[in-house]
Amino acid sequence: MDSRHDIELSVNGDTHRISVQARRLLSDALREDCGLTGTHVGCEHGVCGACTVLIDGRPARACLTYAMQMEGHEITTIEGLGGTDGYSPLQQAMQDEHGLQCGFCTPGILVTFEAYLRDNPDPTEDEIRDVLSGNLCRCTGYENIVAAVKKAAAGMRGEPE
Amino acid sequence: MKPVAFDYQRPASVEDAVALLQAHGRSAKLLSGGQSLGPMLNMRLVRPEVVIDLNDLLELDYVREAADVIEIGALTRHHRLATAPEILRALPLLAYAAATIGHFAIRQRGTIGGSLVHADPAAQLPLVAVTLAAEIVLRSAAGTRSIPAADFLQNVMTVDLNEDEMVVAIRFPKPSAAKAGWGMRLFSRRRGDFAIVSAAVWLRRNPDGRLADMRLGLGGVAPVPFRLHDLEDPDDEGAPGESWASDLAGQAAQRVEPEDAPGLPAVYRRELACNLLRGALTDALSLAGERHG
Ligand SMILES: Cc1cc2nc3c(=O)[nH]c(=O)nc-3n(C[C@H](O)[C@H](O)[C@H](O)COP(=O)(O)OP(=O)(O)OC[C@H]3O[C@@H](n4cnc5c(N)ncnc54)[C@H](O)[C@@H]3O)c2cc1C
Ligand code: FES
Ligand code: FES
Repeated sequence: MDSRHDIELSVNGDTHRISVQARRLLSDALREDCGLTGTHVGCEHGVCGACTVLIDGRPARACLTYAMQMEGHEITTIEGLGGTDGYSPLQQAMQDEHGLQCGFCTPGILVTFEAYLRDNPDPTEDEIRDVLSGNLCRCTGYENIVAAVKKAAAGMRGEPE
Repeated sequence: MKPVAFDYQRPASVEDAVALLQAHGRSAKLLSGGQSLGPMLNMRLVRPEVVIDLNDLLELDYVREAADVIEIGALTRHHRLATAPEILRALPLLAYAAATIGHFAIRQRGTIGGSLVHADPAAQLPLVAVTLAAEIVLRSAAGTRSIPAADFLQNVMTVDLNEDEMVVAIRFPKPSAAKAGWGMRLFSRRRGDFAIVSAAVWLRRNPDGRLADMRLGLGGVAPVPFRLHDLEDPDDEGAPGESWASDLAGQAAQRVEPEDAPGLPAVYRRELACNLLRGALTDALSLAGERHG
């Protein structure tokens, strides 16, 4: 039961060959085995949203997922959002609107909304707040985060500022 | 907060999954969305020797519509329940209930089978399954059986599931859509938290406005969600009047016996049940009316 398994994790398009126990949380595998520390860990029971990553493009708690489950799946973390051109439009809007203070909650929020805005390019403010309810920000900068998401959505729809 | 060491199995078919269950019995735990099992493993409230991951069983991720029933595979995620066109059309109460579960990210992973087996007294899907008289379809290496949701849910986090069985599907009878209405009201202290109390209503009116059929369900006031069968018979006094919803909700509140809990005295839950049911009844009635035009 304590034995290790050699697995391949596909993260942001890169393949990581790691050796893990079956109980290894995806959040720990990303941070400690793959060295991708942008995914944060808060509560480890699904509540705070800090560990959220994309699995095949859908947001999921990395702390409620085991690394071994991810063989054959594509993971996207905060490190994979911007690409070579720097920030994604959502990341840029977060900076412009001062949507982060300490930044602990930010990666989880960004990956969640990257996926959400793809499916829902024109959300109402209430819908944005509903999605944001899944991520706790202890610096409580929610107003600016909502503003950033609105701005990013408008920009991605090609609307002038 | 890390799980105990366990063996990990990833069956490729339902046959393989039930064979593994038969081999490992009580020492195994099935893993679907992991949105309830994950926290329990991390907190070591459960300590399985083997975790059997069902996530490759795409054969259990489906919504199938027949003439009088909608069958939903156990691995169907909450997000799909909330957005599938067949469900939005034929079982809008279920779609709404699913859309209110936890948060966007939770709904991408959590499954209907997992929610029913976890059987949290405040959970939305067990309440809707009981209210709409769904059947739970169970499978073991020995065969298949099905059981009404109200019998499946036995107590707080306790269901009628043998150690060699798994849930494979949930079957919802398709209610008639003509002059039908539904309502669901929940109260939680923070968006996305489990509701403290919830109420679900489905009803149908005759062309003359009188009630033809009604189902009333309450969650969060007893160990399992339940229907208020004795209040469901439509009386023959004509179309529901001004005070119909508050009268009925008042009678329902008399029948619930919630337990006192720290910070949540029984009277508070009873009051919530009354208010939420009144709201759900009002919503259902007006939807049933509007459709008629
Ligand atoms: C932050 C947060 C908020 C939440 N809020 C809500 C909420 O408001 N309302 C709500 O209802 N739920 C809520 N949930 C729980 C969520 O709905 C879970 O998805 C659900 O309770 C369990 O489904 P799952 O697929 O994740 O099951 P899992 O966690 O994988 O499993 C749950 C249990 O069911 C068993 N099981 C799983 N699949 C099967 C099967 N096919 N056959 C037999 N046994 C099986 C498992 O062994 C385990 O005992 C929340 C969860 C989190 C983390
Ligand atoms: S660390 Fe995963 S949700 Fe908090
Ligand atoms: S910016 Fe500090 S927790 Fe959100």
